[in-house]
Amino acid sequence: MCGIVGLFLKDKALEPQLGALIADMLVTMTDRGPDSAGIAIYGGGAAGRAKITVQSANPGADFAGLAEALKADGIEATVTVKSTHAVVDVPAEKLDAARAGLATRPGLRVMSAGESVEIYKEVGLPKDVLARFDIAKMGGTHGIGHTRMATESAVTTLGAHPFSTGADQCLVHNGSLSNHNNLRRELVKAGMRFETQNDTEVAAAYLSNEIAGGKDLGQALEGALDDLDGFFTFVVGTKSGFGVLRDPIACKPAVMAETDQYIAFGSEYRALVNLPGIETARVWEPEPSTVYFWDHEKAA
Amino acid sequence: MPTFDLSVTPLREFNAALHSVANGDNDTAFEVVNPRGAHALAVGIDKPLSVDVRGSVGYYCAGMNDGGSVRVHGSAGPGVAENMMTGNVTIEGDASQYAGATGRGGLLVIKGNAASRCGISMKGIDIVVHGSIGHMSAFMAQSGNLVVLGDAGDALGDSLYEARLFVRGSVRSLGADCIEKEMRPEHLEILSGLLDRAGADAKPGEFKRYGSARKLYNFNIDNADAY
Repeated sequence: MCGIVGLFLKDKALEPQLGALIADMLVTMTDRGPDSAGIAIYGGGAAGRAKITVQSANPGADFAGLAEALKADGIEATVTVKSTHAVVDVPAEKLDAARAGLATRPGLRVMSAGESVEIYKEVGLPKDVLARFDIAKMGGTHGIGHTRMATESAVTTLGAHPFSTGADQCLVHNGSLSNHNNLRRELVKAGMRFETQNDTEVAAAYLSNEIAGGKDLGQALEGALDDLDGFFTFVVGTKSGFGVLRDPIACKPAVMAETDQYIAFGSEYRALVNLPGIETARVWEPEPSTVYFWDHEKAA
Repeated sequence: MPTFDLSVTPLREFNAALHSVANGDNDTAFEVVNPRGAHALAVGIDKPLSVDVRGSVGYYCAGMNDGGSVRVHGSAGPGVAENMMTGNVTIEGDASQYAGATGRGGLLVIKGNAASRCGISMKGIDIVVHGSIGHMSAFMAQSGNLVVLGDAGDALGDSLYEARLFVRGSVRSLGADCIEKEMRPEHLEILSGLLDRAGADAKPGEFKRYGSARKLYNFNIDNADAY
């Protein structure tokens, strides 16, 4: 089934509470997805710096000596370990080199890369996943979260959402695709690599591939309406905001709320009820087959 | 009047209180505060009770209602009044998907808008929406009346049986086997009664009627190869 939450802050005074607010929304969605959870938090990026979030099943062994190894490649990095994940902070111009280097290290998986995003995801109940990574203490400008009820593939760390689709970009999905095996074959031919049998991973790779081919995210999402077969409510995190897309049949739910302080997304209204000012918020459901974006850079 | 505050009282206790009302009891009017989007609120009522909900509800509010009067002073999630047998449900705000799904009787009034699949598989329920409805509404609707003062989305009445659809505004597109039909005096009378009961500010003459062309749900031997 799956549950999605998203929060985009307009009021900077709320930024220190971003993690706590999203964590609360996500725990409310546990009934929709108890087997795994993941969260992408955007914030804390310093000018000239970039971050890569990596994951390991053996953090003690695989994170040891990480900073030294990158230094040997000429990359000054600071590594902050959070349970099974670690945030590697590097100079912005070294991002690609660092990412390539990390991808070759045994046991490491790159979860996200970019100037402001950090992605954390694991199997387990949402409240446990959130506690493991101390999400409630994180601040930021915006974030998206996902609780998983696996239907098309196994319950694994890598099967959890969000999936990274590019620098500072990630995707979460409520629904199930039906042509993902077909699409995966075509994307493999186009050079994309896959880690799982997960249908959402295919959707993420599809978007990345379209963007690599010259489309912007909005155009790639428009293309998804034609090229993806199945049910989806997608929420896409971007460096400066987030996007929402529902398939034309729109069986999968989506509720949004807007006040002067934030724009929020939830699979169910009850995910939003603890947000400040929700009683007088504008509450609505996004239309099917329509790409929506909310963006700090474009907001007045 | 018993008031239940769902921020401190479990929902199950409230629903159990509704179910334990006996014939002849004095307390038959209930109030709920802080519903906070809870699901399955006031489901399975089987006595002539009334429930006022102060806030918005989640999925399946007043599901299976048989004889109760439920008023939501807020909006409702998917499946409001699904499978209603008799009684009244009124939503002051908007309703989400499949409002009144598979309802067999009673009256569902939505003062705001309803989303997609409004009245899906209706089996006798009457639904009056003051605003607009979404796509695929009245899908496979078998009987009952759906009245819409606003507009209807794509594929209205797809695979329709004998439910009557009255829409005052525009219809984005009609579903399979759904056609516009003439309004006759008996339809105007039905519509007038429903608009009255729903407190709707509209005149029957402003509506168009839509119904089944009856080519899809009736087996025709000439089409045997299609099956």
